Amino acid sequence: MQVVVLPATGWREAWRDAARRLAGAGVPPGEVAWQTGAGLFASDPLPPAGAVTVPRAFVDLADTVLCHRDPERFALLYAVLWRLRGDRGLLENPADPLVARLNGLARAVRRDSHKMRAFVRFREVPAAVPAPLSGDGSLDCGGDAPRRRFAAWFEPDHLIVARTAPFFARRFADMDWTILTPDERADFRDGVLTQGPGAPRPDLPPDASEALWATYFTNIFNPARIKLAAMRSEMPRKYWKNLPEAREIPAMLADAERRVGVMRSAQATVAPVRAAAISERYRADMPKAPDRIDSLADACRAAAHCTRCDLHCHATQTVWGEGPADAALMIVGEQPGDHEDLSGRPFVGPAGGVLDEAMAAAGVARDRVWLTNAVKHFKFTPRGKRRLHQSPDRGEIDACRWWLDLERRFIQPRLIMALGGTAAYALTGSKTGLGRRRGTVEETAAGPVMLSWHPSYILRLPDAGAAAEARAQLTEDLAQAARLLA
Amino acid sequence: MTLSRKLAILSDAAKYDASCASSGTERRDSRKGGLGSTEGSGICHAYTPDGRCISLLKILMTNFCIFDCAYCINRVSSNVERARFTVDEVVTLTLEFYRRNYIEGLFLSSGIIRSPDVTMADMVRIARTLRVDHGFKGYIHLKTIPDASPELLDEAGLYADRLSINIELPQDASLRELAPEKRPETIRQAMGRVRLTREASRDRSHTGKRPASFAPAGQSTQMIVGADRASDTAILSTASRLYTGYGLKRVYYSAFSPIPDASAALPLVKPPLMREHRLYQADWLMRFYGFSVDEIAAAAPGGDLDLAVDPKLAWALANRADFPLDVNRAPREALLRVPGFGTKTVSRILSARRHGALRYDDLVRMGAGMKKARAFVRLPGWTPGALTDSADLRARFAPPPEQLQLI
Repeated sequence: MQVVVLPATGWREAWRDAARRLAGAGVPPGEVAWQTGAGLFASDPLPPAGAVTVPRAFVDLADTVLCHRDPERFALLYAVLWRLRGDRGLLENPADPLVARLNGLARAVRRDSHKMRAFVRFREVPAAVPAPLSGDGSLDCGGDAPRRRFAAWFEPDHLIVARTAPFFARRFADMDWTILTPDERADFRDGVLTQGPGAPRPDLPPDASEALWATYFTNIFNPARIKLAAMRSEMPRKYWKNLPEAREIPAMLADAERRVGVMRSAQATVAPVRAAAISERYRADMPKAPDRIDSLADACRAAAHCTRCDLHCHATQTVWGEGPADAALMIVGEQPGDHEDLSGRPFVGPAGGVLDEAMAAAGVARDRVWLTNAVKHFKFTPRGKRRLHQSPDRGEIDACRWWLDLERRFIQPRLIMALGGTAAYALTGSKTGLGRRRGTVEETAAGPVMLSWHPSYILRLPDAGAAAEARAQLTEDLAQAARLLA
Repeated sequence: MTLSRKLAILSDAAKYDASCASSGTERRDSRKGGLGSTEGSGICHAYTPDGRCISLLKILMTNFCIFDCAYCINRVSSNVERARFTVDEVVTLTLEFYRRNYIEGLFLSSGIIRSPDVTMADMVRIARTLRVDHGFKGYIHLKTIPDASPELLDEAGLYADRLSINIELPQDASLRELAPEKRPETIRQAMGRVRLTREASRDRSHTGKRPASFAPAGQSTQMIVGADRASDTAILSTASRLYTGYGLKRVYYSAFSPIPDASAALPLVKPPLMREHRLYQADWLMRFYGFSVDEIAAAAPGGDLDLAVDPKLAWALANRADFPLDVNRAPREALLRVPGFGTKTVSRILSARRHGALRYDDLVRMGAGMKKARAFVRLPGWTPGALTDSADLRARFAPPPEQLQLI
């Protein structure tokens, strides 16, 4: 039997060194007895260091589990190390009883470390005595204002100060601080972190901020929703004695029911006199739809308040057309898509990109065209993490034709291009498929309408050849529109 | 008025905002100057007896307000005591609390004074002072005012880790009725702008330079539950549209609770805490378990979630034909639908079953909730038999009916 006695300090390193040597020498777990502190026996001499490689995951697991207080941790870790020699993937099997046990220990350590980050409470202590005279006799002022000093007393379950102190060093780099615990301590002075042995509970001076903190704690609490179990599971009682705010809890609970009763039985009060005037003034200034629509601008403002169909409840905003008010060509799509809905502008998403390319190829300048949609609100259905486009139904198209008609009336385009079936129906009243109508100009009561593919349809075509052909046709139709208007 | 009194009033006024998250932002620390750090996971520094955590100093800049939202304690027509912090007071409280490790940072909200723009500008000034003048690296959450100008929203996103805009109520009509100064369309527009600006901030320019990060912890919102008549299905549909439309990190559901000096327009009943809890569970199912609103709704007859059993169990009880599931063969998506299996359990199952067939005891050891799961899974040595289809299966999980009192 090989006896290994680990020292009271530095036992993490000592365990690693001993385990590496023993595993290298092929000493099975059953023949090793791990002890801590000055035991009855001295360590047996260890075998010479050999090369032992372990997966990265084991190094992390061992670092964590070694902080646990369970005296069996050394033997358990060595048993896993031993088995890893024949089964490199052992740690990836959470169903293995030994792995499950070590994972449990690691979880306890991580939780304790997390609670330390949460529940350490610093008190400010008087700043360090003025810097001593430095070697050459001049006063060392260090440049900036003196660093403020803070100290805390904390009682963790496990030996976690060493693994948790760097967190405080990253967070509180501009102050000096000390965290004392029964077993370990950490000191941070002038940017240097040092660790040492534990200490008894110190007598820290009172800190005025604790009263303000207690004020916050008692007032952020909602007496109408008591959930004690939730509080205790996350902030177990064992921590309360070192939390200044926990002293307030009994009184808060004792008074909660009375406070809720008072709220419930209180009669509605009379509003302050100024309230009505304030509300009236603000509401008078809120944007609202104009009473009469006499211009394109009026129509745009009115459309922002449109509730002619139910789509407005779900979409972000009305997407009105854009372009010059005297445009000769008006291009009408189906409805805004995801991007158009968010930005409030037509044809700015992927379909807009296809249209832009086709217009550029056909020599049609985007800023000379009035771009709009047959339906002004985005219709969609949520799916996974996205919003999937849904085609507007006949009722929605009919409701929205009111706005399309206003755009036509105020802009008076010489030619309208309808892209896709929805726009074709909105402008011609015919639902006949686009296949045979594309590229033609149909006369309507409100003027000539040319029909073409919608760019989204081109994007959805699975066959690359068919998509390229449709793209070319859209470009050709735009070019023809330009010729008709020339 | 003393600072302590102001703090009492302005934290009391802030407690109806449920969010206290301080997670999911970029990593920062103070080793190169300043004070504070953020490291991915948030930290809850304390818990109050209402079971809610305190992660941030959650306060209102002021509770003076020109809006008249019926559900809000700070509405203009309320007689609540009013106070207003100066910029320095908020900054000092934040830094001094932070130095003592009480908090992760600041969650600043405000009543609306003079105008949305004036209010928002003051809030942005506080965030800028913390970040620029004091080198504060901790977490900042700003509740933005939807009607404020887009430029102020853009500036807020440069200093804040998270921006939030409250949708307040699940349906436009109830918002217009209960909060006449608020407009659902401007709330959604502001959310849309935050999403687009965040996306743009993550794209490198053609020179390869990354623009300044914008609200790295994303945006969230809050909906009040129980102040209007919206059903749970309506609430979840709205949440689902918000998640997909604006890339929200979280939708918070807040059971409407009695407030001092309440408006006569609202019921002062006990806050529906169980309903709120079930909504959160359903929300998790949508975000992490692959459920759609329609699937959850199909198991919620009448439009409201079953208060007696959790929504995943309710779904499984309504879809027993899909069970029992062979744990050693089922794909991840199917395992996620087993009541009692969480996302962590499912990851462990997938990892462990590569090493050999799993048995009942293995699942217990890995932390699976077998009390619920046993009726829905099959393993070597375990079949639920008639249990899956037994008529009293729901009754085994539902809490016993409360005994009626004789008087």
